[in-house]
Amino acid sequence: MPTLTFIEHNGTAHQVKGDIGQSVMQAATFASVPGIPADCGGACSCATCHAYVDEAWLNTVQAPEGMENDMLEYAFERRDNSRLSCQLIISQEMDGMVLHLPSSQF
Amino acid sequence: MTLASVVIVGAGQAGFQVAASLRQEGYDGRITLIGDEPGLPYQRPPLSKAYLLGKIQETNLLFRPAEFYATQRIELLHNQATAIDRVNRRVVLASGDAISYDHLVLATGAHNRPLPVPGGELPQVFGIKTKADADALAPLAKAARNVVVIGAGFIGLEFAAVAAALGANVHVLELAERPMARAVSREMSELFRQAHEQWGVHFDFRQGLSRIDGDNGKVCAVQTADGRVLPADLVVFGIGVIPNAQLATEADLAIENGIKVDANLLTSDPRISALGDVASFPCLQNDEQHTRLESVQNAIDQARAVASRLMGKPAPYSALPWFWTDQGDLKLQIAGLSHGYDSTVVLGSAKDKQLSVLCFRNDRLVAVESCNRMGDHMAARKILARAPKLTAAEAAADGFDLKAWEAANRD
Ligand SMILES: Cc1cc2nc3c(=O)[nH]c(=O)nc-3n(C[C@H](O)[C@H](O)[C@H](O)COP(=O)(O)OP(=O)(O)OC[C@H]3O[C@@H](n4cnc5c(N)ncnc54)[C@H](O)[C@@H]3O)c2cc1C
Ligand code: FES
Repeated sequence: MPTLTFIEHNGTAHQVKGDIGQSVMQAATFASVPGIPADCGGACSCATCHAYVDEAWLNTVQAPEGMENDMLEYAFERRDNSRLSCQLIISQEMDGMVLHLPSSQF
Repeated sequence: MTLASVVIVGAGQAGFQVAASLRQEGYDGRITLIGDEPGLPYQRPPLSKAYLLGKIQETNLLFRPAEFYATQRIELLHNQATAIDRVNRRVVLASGDAISYDHLVLATGAHNRPLPVPGGELPQVFGIKTKADADALAPLAKAARNVVVIGAGFIGLEFAAVAAALGANVHVLELAERPMARAVSREMSELFRQAHEQWGVHFDFRQGLSRIDGDNGKVCAVQTADGRVLPADLVVFGIGVIPNAQLATEADLAIENGIKVDANLLTSDPRISALGDVASFPCLQNDEQHTRLESVQNAIDQARAVASRLMGKPAPYSALPWFWTDQGDLKLQIAGLSHGYDSTVVLGSAKDKQLSVLCFRNDRLVAVESCNRMGDHMAARKILARAPKLTAAEAAADGFDLKAWEAANRD
């Protein structure tokens, strides 16, 4: 079970265990990490599961493409390392990965 | 105002969210969430799409794991509420127990309008509402050769796309003259008609059915209203829903196409709220006429509004409606409500399956429908959340770009 760390905008860190094949969004919401409303439940339709992949882990994940990239354009404070966490599927290589949460999802 | 106990009837999208939002806002009293479906609360949208295709599993449907309800002290009761005793402020359950409330929240959703024809009771005839429906339907959908879909609304078309992808011959009967006629513009209907036809779906518009024929208790054919016989081993219908308002009706709460609530989502009894698919509320985007919406956004945003009010922060509900449906490789997103629109401006191209239709009423932008143009949808949500100033003439100008307009008009 890979472990992920979510760091809230206020600095609070949450270590979360995720299942391989599960989305990063679901791993976080299942562990009650605050700040990820994920309104559409992972359908890539709401952009309220926005997270920043820690710079050190950017090589582990792909850049957002297509639909996700378009949705992110309107996410609050998009950056180069922005992803929609419902579109990030957990793999063994992600063990230890750090994600930062934005100050708002709306 | 401190309430000792909040009881929520209906553990679907809206009921779950009221419970979760109350705790998030720091509510410390007792929360009882009563649901008549087995298992943990789950989301419905994948039931007619990814879940049927086996692309996502059962646990991906859940809002939260079992531990959540324990740690958040949300008491989940698998039971059916059968009556509301308003005088003594109690909800009576099918088990015979009664639960007292300081505030009651009705989030009972809606059920599928049944198919009113002979043969509708055969076991291979399905509406899709619950996980149980989808679990029973999935193996039949995989094995089906001839599928007849009744109703070209969102759920009917989502299923038609799934069945076509699984290799069945799919025939859709629809009373209106085009797909999703009540919900989207002509231009958008046309794009979806063509796409479905490319996937092999066959449409019969202005056409109903007279009966479903069975052979040894199994569906074998559908007879159309004009007397043709379509071979069928599976029939799926999506012909609208009926709000689950019986509890409220019997408790003498005001009813108007669902449970009637005010701008604060309160029923005619100030100790009872109603929200989600079952509630008819004065909708800001529909000239404050009482409106019932069936969408995830509506359930979630209304739940947040109810939770905030119960925590002493009342505010009239005003959130912008938005919606999505996934069919094959098409994602249709709608921002706003197009009721009564009188003109449209089209961006993009139907041929490339990338289209946005801007709907205007009296030259005021009221809704934007986007197919595979997520950027337009998100821009539209921003534009429509304020009083929009975009005119049809501006939007129709050569080279107009919705995203660029939004960026330039962010006051
Ligand atoms: C197949 C399908 C696909 C959908 N796809 C989309 C989509 O792509 N996008 C979108 O925005 N929306 C979609 N929706 C709509 C969305 O799921 C609903 O609008 C939303 O679930 C409404 O939430 P609700 O809580 O009001 O009702 P529900 O989620 O239906 O929950 C109501 C619950 O209350 C229970 N209940 C009723 N009466 C009682 C009682 N007396 N006692 C105890 N429990 C009771 C019901 O059994 C049910 O579990 C879809 C719906 C379906 C069915
Ligand atoms: S949960 Fe809605 S886009 Fe990720």
